[in-house]
Amino acid sequence: MYNEKVMQTFANPKHVGYIEDNDGAGKVGNATCGDIMEITIKVKDDVITDAKFRTFGCAAAVATSSVATDMVIGMTVDEALKLTNARVVEYLEGLPPQKIHCSVLAEEAIKAAIEDYRKRQSEKAGK
Amino acid sequence: MERRIYLDNSATTYTDKEVLQKMLPYFSEVYGNGSSQHFFGREALVAIDEAREKVAKAIGAKPTEIYFTSGGTESDNWAIKGAAHALREKGNHIITTAIEHPAVIKTCQALEKDGFEVTYLPVDSEGFVTAEQVEKAITDKTILISVMTANNEIGTIEPIREIGAVAKAHKILFHTDAVQAVGNVPIDVVKDNIDMLSMSAHKFYGPKGVGVLYKRNGVKIGRFMDGGEQERNMRASTLNTPGIVGLGAAIEIAVRDMEKNYKHVAELRDYFVKELLANVKDIKYNGPVDTSRRLPSNANFSFEYIEGESILMSLDLEGIAVSSGSACSSGSLEPSYVLLSVGVPIELAHGSIRFSFGKNNTMEEVKYTLEKLYAIVARLREMSPLFKEFKGEQKYV
Repeated sequence: MYNEKVMQTFANPKHVGYIEDNDGAGKVGNATCGDIMEITIKVKDDVITDAKFRTFGCAAAVATSSVATDMVIGMTVDEALKLTNARVVEYLEGLPPQKIHCSVLAEEAIKAAIEDYRKRQSEKAGK
Repeated sequence: MERRIYLDNSATTYTDKEVLQKMLPYFSEVYGNGSSQHFFGREALVAIDEAREKVAKAIGAKPTEIYFTSGGTESDNWAIKGAAHALREKGNHIITTAIEHPAVIKTCQALEKDGFEVTYLPVDSEGFVTAEQVEKAITDKTILISVMTANNEIGTIEPIREIGAVAKAHKILFHTDAVQAVGNVPIDVVKDNIDMLSMSAHKFYGPKGVGVLYKRNGVKIGRFMDGGEQERNMRASTLNTPGIVGLGAAIEIAVRDMEKNYKHVAELRDYFVKELLANVKDIKYNGPVDTSRRLPSNANFSFEYIEGESILMSLDLEGIAVSSGSACSSGSLEPSYVLLSVGVPIELAHGSIRFSFGKNNTMEEVKYTLEKLYAIVARLREMSPLFKEFKGEQKYV
């Protein structure tokens, strides 16, 4: 059901881990649904310089986490906010229909991490 | 050489070479229609009747009580819908369990839409129902009791002899889905008080697409398929001669070798379970602990902090085939209803894997699988946010 690209990405995911001194952290999903994705980012001058993920989920969830984190590194936060699940799926050369929600989760996790970054920025500015 | 280890023998088994050899002539040499009157047909019919006798002998039935079908699902549908509709004037209540195969559960749900009432008995933490539970659920409207002989996910062997005795005492029909049990554990339809029984050849090293409904003589149900007059005018459709010959050969071999296969498969399973429990922390062994009440082939584990499908696919990459009760594998959002029914928390049900051993598996394969599995579980846990949190402060978010 998975194509070779998804299986290879699942077998060798990039950016697994957790950035301790992150500038933004986002976590979406829950264990009851069987999917949790956690993404941490490092940002310098509004550019994402590093991103890592930890995922509880299926092979598609791991693969989309890997692709999404890989894509946003080097992007400005504005560009990263425009990352769509469709682009992640396209990069993976397609996902089975019942797995599309995994790619949505990756998009949401990136957005949550950036929101957290922005929140922290505005808190800093407010001080 | 690339490894190919098959630990999904509850899903299906390979067709035994001995079985295949017996089937082959019936594709191209003895190809007559078993219903034809000429000698081509008679040759086929002789083979079909031999298979019928073998099946009957294997389960303690009479040949006239054996009806060939397309498999377990058809047999379940026929038995349950057939009994329900035949007995509608007597009542509309059916008793079954919460952990039946979908072929039974969905059939019962379809009957509910037709005005039947169904009691889905809850099971205990190992998947057992008791005869007492069944007896308590009986009302004056009860017309059918259907309880599986053995569960496909967690291997629980239900006390069908006692349940059959309760059904008999109350003069209620008793059907059992014995798809996972036939050929693996002894069954005697007389001693076990079974009125109807479903089986499927591909679960005991026979071909796919052929099964049996055993129906005790005197039990009146309607025909399931309309058409020709095959199977004593009870099941229309040209008889699948090669498949039926294969089923007959497979069940004969399964009964002949049952003790030997049981011992071998149970030894592999027991070693696997013991080693896994000793070497991996935070796992749950699902299903009965008492091996005498569990299918010898079955082991089912939940692995905390990680998701079942990712374990399955990681094993797949290593050339090891298993199945998972995770929602992700089935395409639905709900994990296995069997595991939820035995009280496995939903997070853990997502992280469950069934290993089902077969007569051709070896101890070397089991050891190889264990080594790969240890590494896979460690790798996926390192990747899981739940694992870090557990090591830190909380177990689940």
